[in-house]
Amino acid sequence: MSGTDKDQANGAPAIRAERLSRHYRMGENVIRAVDGVSLEVGSGEFVALLGSSGSGKSSVLNLIAGLDRPTSGSVIVHDRDLAKLSREDLSRYRLHTVGMVFQSFNLIASMTLAENVELPMRFAEVERGKRDSLVHEALARVGLQDRMNHRPSELSGGEQQRAALARALINRPQLLLADEPTGNLDSRTGTEIMNMVREFNRQLGMTVVMVTHERALAERYAQRLVFLADGKLVSDEANLTVVEGATEQGRL
Amino acid sequence: MKLPDLGELAVRNLRESILRNSLTTIGISVGVASLVAMLSLGIGLQQLASRRLMKSGLFDTVLVTSRRDLRNSNRGEDRGGPAPGESRILDEPTRLEIEHLPNVLEAYPDIRFITELRYEDKPHLTMVAALPSSAQSNDAFESVQGRFFSSDMAPEVVIQKTFAEELLGKAPKPGLDETNVAVLAAPLLGKELTMRYAQREAPQAAPSSAENSTPGGDQGLAGAAYSVVSRELKLKIVGVADLDPESMRGPTRARVFLPLKLAESLHVMQPTDLREISRAASDQPVYSSVSVRVKNPSGVQPVEDAIKKMGFNTFSILDASRSIQQFFKVLDVFLGIFGSLALAVAFIGIVNTLVMAILERRREIGIMKAIGASDGDVKRLFFAEAGAMGILGGIVGVALGWAIGQVINLGTNIYLKRQSFPPEHFWAVPWWLVVFAVLFSFLVSLAAGLYPAGRAARLDPVQALRYE
Repeated sequence: MSGTDKDQANGAPAIRAERLSRHYRMGENVIRAVDGVSLEVGSGEFVALLGSSGSGKSSVLNLIAGLDRPTSGSVIVHDRDLAKLSREDLSRYRLHTVGMVFQSFNLIASMTLAENVELPMRFAEVERGKRDSLVHEALARVGLQDRMNHRPSELSGGEQQRAALARALINRPQLLLADEPTGNLDSRTGTEIMNMVREFNRQLGMTVVMVTHERALAERYAQRLVFLADGKLVSDEANLTVVEGATEQGRL
Repeated sequence: MKLPDLGELAVRNLRESILRNSLTTIGISVGVASLVAMLSLGIGLQQLASRRLMKSGLFDTVLVTSRRDLRNSNRGEDRGGPAPGESRILDEPTRLEIEHLPNVLEAYPDIRFITELRYEDKPHLTMVAALPSSAQSNDAFESVQGRFFSSDMAPEVVIQKTFAEELLGKAPKPGLDETNVAVLAAPLLGKELTMRYAQREAPQAAPSSAENSTPGGDQGLAGAAYSVVSRELKLKIVGVADLDPESMRGPTRARVFLPLKLAESLHVMQPTDLREISRAASDQPVYSSVSVRVKNPSGVQPVEDAIKKMGFNTFSILDASRSIQQFFKVLDVFLGIFGSLALAVAFIGIVNTLVMAILERRREIGIMKAIGASDGDVKRLFFAEAGAMGILGGIVGVALGWAIGQVINLGTNIYLKRQSFPPEHFWAVPWWLVVFAVLFSFLVSLAAGLYPAGRAARLDPVQALRYE
């Protein structure tokens, strides 16, 4: 799946969502968490999904991540329709194509940082001999090489989120999906994390989709701002300040 | 996920909630221990019983009786043979015929009778049996004090230990006594016994050739077919046997043994003669039973079958041990079921522990799925945890069961010693039981993991990650 360069060259979208809907049934009522969202994200793009809580932004992210299946519509990532993948293939997609970070870090508390970062490689059946150096490299990239054998509870929130980033990158995915990555962090560490995310986006060419409710943060880093409300897409605009400063990519 | 990773993660997860998982594992151990304890008791008792039978030294002997013999008619279990009434007579030609069957070493008439033996003017009533000279290779006579008969016609006897005790006026102690035979034999060897017996005499036949006979006595019993003469014979005690060579015969076991040819020449009135008047009238000797020695125990069955085909009843120690083995198989099944009950409780314990673990690790499962674990990975992980508990519990359980067995064995032997029985090893843990127990524990644990693993695998990651 190293089609990133090619995709960038011919401008094919990395993610294409078409009339995407996700409805939940709660007793008598049907909750339309996502209601007919169509969206394209170009390869290597950095997109922010904005909206108040309950707007459906996280649900969209989960659908792109392959953690959830749409009620109707489709999500096509690098020409693969996620709705048509088997559970097994979907888990493989999550393993190799997607890296995720969460608001609450979601590191496994009983494991050291190194073990947390190693975990996706266990699922991916990466050769044992190669793992140590890869873990070390990934943790060094986020500046945690000295904290490898600490458990998450012994670290600050910023450090935990950095470890989560290292884990998200370990299987070299093309997509980085971030769900309120700075939501539990103070602004200084939040900035630190966002700088790293931007660095991955620019240096590794990763496509980034970030869910946030902080408009200011989105405007500082994302090339595109997509606003959702009540499960519907309400606006989709290029973030000119970032686009001009970084790359000519982006769309209206 | 590869096996080493699976194992590593499983062990680390088990260590995370060490107390709960230990308790569950102990539960499995107790289950396995009770299973092992029950089964090893069953196996041990079985081995003990077989050992006892082996010691009797009669594994290669078949006892043949005529189907006419009323003693056997009600357990005749007619296996296609002729009806008792038309069954053949067990006489000399038949004996020779049996002796010529393949694998048969010898067939000799079984002569036994209850009679009175006088020792130092005191009468002792006991069963007397005749032995062929080949009997000296019998295990029971290997440790004989003194010697075996000097010839087949020698007026000599070998007596059994309990009879020696009786002669010396020692009361038999309860249980198995450990009196040294040598002590008993010393004052008895070379001494004389006077045997009084009833001789059967056909009216036309010439007087018996037995020496030391005193003519006269009771006559004219049971009509005119033959008469019964009371006689006496002096016999020298040449040996005292420690083991009981006739343990398989139960109440008809003899305690005094005569040389076979001598016994034959005495024409002693035998218990069955009263019922066999017509037979007794013929010139040919008729036997109530014939002992057949077979080359090796594996040849016993074909020989038995051949003799049955000839129309006789047979009995061998193999018959006895077969029913004993059957009994022990049933016993093993029952003991196994009781042992398994504890394991069934352990089964529920595993299910409970793993279901608890799912609730507790809900979020963790969600995380693993979010970063790419497949349903199969999660399922296998829970299976691995269940399996690891099973194997560990199995190993500890086998050790525990073995230890329980040793303690009970020790305790019982202390009790046996107090009751002046020799110590016995009735607790056996064969290697296959160890393998079986660990494997069984493993499989039971996997089965217990079936539901929790499936449930964990189906867990929706979005739901699992939603709540803190």
